[in-house]
Parts: sequence; C-alpha cells; structure tokens
Amino acid sequence: MQLVPLSDRRITVLFLISWILLASIQVYSILNAGFTWKDALTDAVTTNILLFITCLIVSNSLRYYRPATRTTLYLLSICLIYTSIALVINHHLLVYLLDNRSDYLTFVSQTLPLRSGVAFLIICWMTFVNVLWQSLQERMEEDKRKADTETLAREAELYKLRQQLQPHFLFNSLNSISALIGSRPGEARQMIYQLSDFLRGTLKKEENQWVSLTEELQYLQLYLSIEKVRFGHRLNTEIECVSECSELQLPPLLLQPIVENAIKFGLYDVIGTVTITIKASVIDNILEIEVKNPFDPETTPPRSGTGFGLSSIKRRLYLLFARNDLLQTHTTQNIFTTLIRIPQP
Amino acid sequence: MKRAIIIDDEPLARMIILEYLQDYPQIEVVQECNDGFEGIKAIQQHRPDLLFLDIQMPKINGFEMLELVDQPLSIIFTTAFDSYAIKAFDAHAIDYLLKPFSKERFDKALQKWIEQPATPEKTQSTSALLETASQLPNQQDRLVVKTGNNIRIIPTHEVLYLEADDDYVKIHTHAGVFLKSQTMQHFENTLDNQQFVRIHRSYIVQVQQITRIDPYQKDTYTAILKSGAKIPVSRTGYGKLKTVLGI
Repeated sequence: MQLVPLSDRRITVLFLISWILLASIQVYSILNAGFTWKDALTDAVTTNILLFITCLIVSNSLRYYRPATRTTLYLLSICLIYTSIALVINHHLLVYLLDNRSDYLTFVSQTLPLRSGVAFLIICWMTFVNVLWQSLQERMEEDKRKADTETLAREAELYKLRQQLQPHFLFNSLNSISALIGSRPGEARQMIYQLSDFLRGTLKKEENQWVSLTEELQYLQLYLSIEKVRFGHRLNTEIECVSECSELQLPPLLLQPIVENAIKFGLYDVIGTVTITIKASVIDNILEIEVKNPFDPETTPPRSGTGFGLSSIKRRLYLLFARNDLLQTHTTQNIFTTLIRIPQP
Repeated sequence: MKRAIIIDDEPLARMIILEYLQDYPQIEVVQECNDGFEGIKAIQQHRPDLLFLDIQMPKINGFEMLELVDQPLSIIFTTAFDSYAIKAFDAHAIDYLLKPFSKERFDKALQKWIEQPATPEKTQSTSALLETASQLPNQQDRLVVKTGNNIRIIPTHEVLYLEADDDYVKIHTHAGVFLKSQTMQHFENTLDNQQFVRIHRSYIVQVQQITRIDPYQKDTYTAILKSGAKIPVSRTGYGKLKTVLGI
C-alpha cells in the first residue's frame, strides 16, 4: 500500500510541475513590481523550496503519525503552525540572502498577508490530500478484506450445504442392510456397495466442478435404488430426460436433495404407492428440472418451501447465481412440484 | 403367549425385528403395520402386550398415534435418529432402540420388558413422554384427533378456540367441534403461546380470531371472535392477552 500520495512517481512529477508554475507566477509578479531578476529569483526559489520542504515534512509526519482524531480544527491548527514556522524561516533567509536591503524587505513585509495566505493554502491542501488519500487507502484495504472474508464464508457455507447428509437416511439404510444380511446376504452386499458409492459421491465433489446431467442422474439412481430397497414397492420413480439435456451442466449434489425432499414429503404424507417424477428440459439455454410428488392437501397445508431440504437448495442457488427465482414450488390438487432452473455457463 | 405388534413403514425394519424375535417363542407377532392408522386399528383389535413402534411414519408419527390410543401399552421405540425424541425417551425411561441395533441390544430391551410389564406407573410415564414429545418442533403445528373411526389432522391455524369439558377439551374449528381427551394445561403448554392465549380457566383462544373485547362485569371481559362466538375473559386472562397483543 502507498502511504503518501508522493510515493507515486506520476503524482510527484505533477506536483513539481505545478510548483514550477507557482514559482514562475511569483517571479513574474515580483518583476512587475519593479525588482531585478536576481531579487525575483532569490525570493521565489527560497520561498518555494521552503514550502516544498514543509510539504514533505507534513506529508511524512502524517505517514508515521496518524492523529486518531482527524478533526478539521485539529488539522487546521497543525497547518497554521507549519505555515508560521515556514514564514519565519523564510523571512530570516531572505534577510540573510538579500543583505538587509530595506527596499526589498519593505516589499516583503507589504506582501506578507498574500505570502502567508498562499503558503497556508498550499500546506492545508497538502495535509488534506494526505489525509484523504490515507482514508481512501484504508477503505480500499478494508473493502478487500471484507470481500475476502465474504468469499471464504461463502465457500464454507456452500461446503456445509453440500455436506448435509441426512442422518435418517444413513441410519435407516444401515438398518436395512442389517436386516438383509441374515436372509438375503447378496442383496445386503449390493446395498453396501451402493451406499458406499453414494457416500463417496457426496464427499468428493467440489462446488466449482459442475457435472453433466447424465452424471448427476446416474448418481441419483444410486440414491433411488437404496431408497427402493428401504421402502420396497411403495416407491416408484419416473425419469424423463430429453437427449439435448444430457450434456447440460449443473452444480453437483443439487438434484439429489430435491428428490430426497420429494420422497420424504411423498412417502410420509401418502399411504400406499408413491410415484416421484423427474423431468428435465431446456428453455433459452436454461436447464429446467421438475420434480413432482403426491401429497395430501387435507392434512398437509401447502407451504412455501418445505423444511430444510428446499431452503438449503434455495440458499445454494442464491450463492451461486445471486438470484432468488431459480427455485419455485407450486401445488396442483394433490401434486407438489419443485422446479429448479440452472442457467448454463 | 404374549402378543406383539410391529409398526414401521419400512418392510426390512420389520423383518429384522421378526428375525430377532425368533428366539422368543413366547411372543407372537399378531400383526405388522405400515403406518399409524393401521397401527391404531391393530391395537384396538388385538390389545397387544408389546408394541414395537417407529417414530417417523406416513401421515401421523408414532407419538401422534399414541395420543389416540386410550389403553396402557408397553412400548419399545425403534428409531433411526432424532435427538429431540431421544430426549423424550431419556426423560421418561421407556426403552428405545436406535437403528441399526444389535441382537444384544434388542435382547436387553426385551429383558427390561419381561422384568417389568405394564404397570400404572408405566402408563403414567407414557403420558409424560407424550407431553414431552408434543413439544417437538414438527408436532407443534397440528393436532391429531379421532372422530369415531376416522382420524383427523387439524392444522393449528384452523383452530378457533379450545373449551374445557370435564376430562375432554373441545376443539372448535370452522369444520366443527372435535373432542380430545386431554387437559387444558397440556394445550397451554404445547401450543404456540404467541398464537394461543388462555384467556380463562376454561378457554384458550387463537388471538387472530378476536375482533373485539368488551367489558363484561367488574374486571372481566368478553372476547368476540370473527365467527361470532362470545368467550369470557378473566382478569388474569385479560392481562395475558394484553401482553401478547402488546397493548
């Protein structure tokens, strides 16, 4: 970070040019008042070098010492002190350099209000530019830090949302395996493999590595086959995916929690066989996936966003796309529909 | 011969209990049920000595099903994972099996049951268990009642007011009045106290239903509901109502 504006070379050049301009104006004014070139140059050079040094001191002192209370009054009084010191030194230097020539010294005294005014303005300007510069730099740094923190928090949150493993699902699956081992060991073994593949899939996926719909559907099949072992004939699934969708991309593990929610909602609300339908289509380069499950409108008042499953999906879609309209739900008679839309990269 | 009923919505979960029970020839499983509705019928029909009950099931959960059963039961709960429910079991010392459970753990639970079959104390602890269970978050937004042979699930927002009636509580809704064998105290404890206020010893009312409160006698008032019903408000009830309404 640059602590003072003068540490930037371009600014320094600009600074020097304006200083030369200022000195020229002074020389011109003194010549106009009827003095010699020598007098004019001596005065202009001395005054401006002194002012320049004062400005450097101001700038550097603010670099190492930053007043905690940067009130205008406080800064103004600092400027006033610097100006007075500069003017006193300037006066003594001129007396020395011009051999006590009374005519010129009278001129100096006469123009003192103007000289002090200009000096004060320049020093004030320097001080405030420095202070503003510093707060700007601080603000920029803070913004950057905030942005970094937000990125980190976002990644952590996404990670957490992906890792939401439903303990119910895991323990019930283990219980089914335990039940199968005695009578149908082959099926038990099969289910262990499916469960392992499913769990591995949950662990290895990274947020920024999108997967194709085909891959995600394969993964979903694993999940569905486990659920079918658990619920037996009660669970039916229909998956419909047109060929132009199969290579479309979506964030990993987005579909499975929606289907899980639909199964939970469906199986726990309806007695008898439950059919879950999953339909993928593409509209305007946006992948649309629709998941439908039956429910009982008499016992389950239609609610917007049901339980943790959907709210975490909504949150994820928001974190990924900064949009809140990518997850929609609606009910028709006894069918609950969840629709997600994934804009394609 | 002791009769047992297994209530679980997963066939394999029932299967493993059946398998483990093969070592207990004195226990006969008279019925396996898929859900709470079947469960209630089976309990009334068979009056079992032992019940294996899952918590998470279609339509009504295990706790809600128990609320509708009047007879004392010996229950062994079987559940996958539910930290709230576990709290409820622990507090009231009824045995429970966490899925998946081993044969040894199963035997231990049965041993407990064999040593201490249902006693009046046990029944009391069942109601204490249900009291705790009804405060579970997923159970707070609805009431389950029985009308004849039908079971009705009433979302709490459809309840207008509750009225004490001897050992029962009358639940007034737009669809009619339902009776539930329960105490007013129970409803006062379990219903959302920002939504439902006990305005009188015998009345709990849903605050959104109140349109007007008129003075009645010294220190007492009458609340008039949207439905036109007039309900007495006691002095303490009026105080509570004022706190909830923020006046």
